[in-house]
Amino acid sequence: MKKRSVRLFAALATATALAAPAAWADLVVPNFSYRTGPYAANGAPYADGFNDYFTLLNERDGGIGGQKIVVPECETSYNTEKGVECYESLKGQNPVVIAPVSTGIAYQLIPKVSADKIPMYTPGFGRTSAQDGRVFEWVFNAPTNYWDGASIAIKYLLDEHGGDLNGKTIALLYHNSAFGKEPIRTLQELSKKHGFKLTEIPVDPGSSQEQKSQWLQIRREKPDHVILYGWGVMNPAAIQEAANVRYPMEQMIGIWWSGAEVDVTAAGAAANGYKAMAFHGAGQNYPIYDDLKAHVFDKGLASQGGPHIGTVLYSRGMHSAMVTAEAIRKAQELAGTDAVTAAQVRDGFEALDISEERLAELGLTDFSPAIKTSCEDHGGSGMARVQQWDASAKAWNPITDFYEPDNEVIDPLIRADSEAFAKENNITLRCN
Amino acid sequence: MEQLLYASEVVVNGLMTGVMYALVALGFVLIYKASGVFNYAQGVLALFAALTLIGIQQGQVPFAHLISAVTGMHLDSFGWTVPSLLAILLTALVMVGLAILIEALVLKHLVGQEPIILFMATIGLAYFLEGLGDLMWGASVKSLEVGLPQGLSETVETMTDSLFGYGFFIDRLDIWATIIAAVLVASLVAFSQYTKQGRAMRAVADDHQAALSVGISLRFIWVMVWSIAGFVALVAGIMWGTKSGVQFSLSLIALKALPVLMLGGFTSIPGAIVGGLIIGVGEKLFEFYIGPMVGGATENWFAYVLALLFLVFRPQGLFGERIIERV
Repeated sequence: MKKRSVRLFAALATATALAAPAAWADLVVPNFSYRTGPYAANGAPYADGFNDYFTLLNERDGGIGGQKIVVPECETSYNTEKGVECYESLKGQNPVVIAPVSTGIAYQLIPKVSADKIPMYTPGFGRTSAQDGRVFEWVFNAPTNYWDGASIAIKYLLDEHGGDLNGKTIALLYHNSAFGKEPIRTLQELSKKHGFKLTEIPVDPGSSQEQKSQWLQIRREKPDHVILYGWGVMNPAAIQEAANVRYPMEQMIGIWWSGAEVDVTAAGAAANGYKAMAFHGAGQNYPIYDDLKAHVFDKGLASQGGPHIGTVLYSRGMHSAMVTAEAIRKAQELAGTDAVTAAQVRDGFEALDISEERLAELGLTDFSPAIKTSCEDHGGSGMARVQQWDASAKAWNPITDFYEPDNEVIDPLIRADSEAFAKENNITLRCN
Repeated sequence: MEQLLYASEVVVNGLMTGVMYALVALGFVLIYKASGVFNYAQGVLALFAALTLIGIQQGQVPFAHLISAVTGMHLDSFGWTVPSLLAILLTALVMVGLAILIEALVLKHLVGQEPIILFMATIGLAYFLEGLGDLMWGASVKSLEVGLPQGLSETVETMTDSLFGYGFFIDRLDIWATIIAAVLVASLVAFSQYTKQGRAMRAVADDHQAALSVGISLRFIWVMVWSIAGFVALVAGIMWGTKSGVQFSLSLIALKALPVLMLGGFTSIPGAIVGGLIIGVGEKLFEFYIGPMVGGATENWFAYVLALLFLVFRPQGLFGERIIERV
């Protein structure tokens, strides 16, 4: 009986220890990762970059403002239901921010984080109109979003065609999901403005490895350009099919979620010349890597052993962590305390000012555009540049400077969408 | 006329795609035919086989990440590469080894259980193999090159252009897939009809108890069938892996095999091929004619609609065995 009680006590103690939230003074920043499932090849590098940046801050600086950052990881498999479960299970640990790395999950969490008063950060994904801080008090998507991406692609193509797209044809090949459908409205408006013909070609996520119908259509219609909004296996399959039907790679341009190494590797040399947008750099030629090497990699602390260091998606995870860390830092400054709450971190996100000088201080010179947010603007500058894949060097090379989006078209669309959301949900506009 | 030519191109490509679906469906049929088990893990077997093939080809150290985590040693590669043909043979041996393990660790303990129990066991197996594949070879996207040509066939394009004034697109990989599938089906049919082991396999499929009573080893047959299904999975993995790289999504091609099985029947090897062709052509033509009217992306669901329509009129599938139960 005694033995049984001891065992029971030990089991209870273990369970309590496992379920216990981080020490009250720690700042909890969960990592909604997906290292398994159909999108694992994309999710793992992102999660590693996110982890490694916070490991660097903890190891080098003792955290942020002396507060250690705890990064509990929750596996979502890029599945919306699992993502919501992750949110519910992590909520008890008092996270100061939520970053779900999935548009589907982000959409589901918008009402939840608003009710629970936890800021949600969705850089380059999620609900585009969340940029409107008057309506979406708890959501931030700086530095850019899907609609910005669509307009930057068109701006780039305008430059390629001497400022005139009149009479040109552009096909949008998109993941038939909340994410893939995001740019449609923007591109429709831009087609009216610039006179190009837009063809929308969906690819079902369930059969995105087999895109013969879509590429036979592209071969028949011969659009001048193909804009790719793909994710997961859809990207390598699209690039391979483009090579198969001999569609020129230089005439394809992907959103940033279609512009990583995992997207072009399978097609090998045939992917040479493929272009994609990017809102941050990649590779290890940034001063921050000296610190990462000294404080993280050489100590054997790299996430998962560091198989993805320097890749595009690793860099994106690192960028997300960097912006989050700066928001926490700003929150500490505004609140006058280091042990900030989620609500105070929201204030930090709303007062972000990551200038080029600050980026240089962080060892990230020319890594990404500066970010400045405000009560009204949760989306930042919206800037992105175009990079091109060099298959022989196995490297993405930036080929343009950072472009500004076409705000003349996008701003009214965002306002219309966010105000409709405010009306549906009885939200009073802020920032008056 | 132009529309007709486009439709013809769609039909030809649909047939080719159907062959690719059939390659996956064949593995399901083999195991179902011999043991009455619907092997949920067939798609994962294709992924596992393709990952293993690349690992062997590139001299990758299996479980490198685990070794590194436990011992601190970074051993990513043995430093050699293995020629494709030898790597395929070695992978086939790994699949035989896997079949022996599956029989010894899972199937042996479930003899005489209801088919649903065996089906549940294969679900568990699928998830286990998914994790094992990740752990052994990593989750990143890998390029598979075994020397198969890929891309537009210029011969077909030139020929059709001179005949019809429009050059058809046919992927050379699909042509190879068709040849390989034909050889595979002929070999499997010959094996099951004309060899002692093949006849034993059919006897087990007909009646386990009767087969046991005449001295056929059920365990041997199961190992043999799972080995052959593993080899078929390897072929499917090579074809699909060459097409779009090897990563987790490769296991999802099993979903494309389901309507093929519903249509062709779970017990017929030729049925898998014919079912694949009908599904391939049907979904492509529907997408070509109806897709634009309903916003596109119809293939995924239409394949199942087509299979269900066939089921209404022939529940056992086109070539499946008709089940007659007398009360």
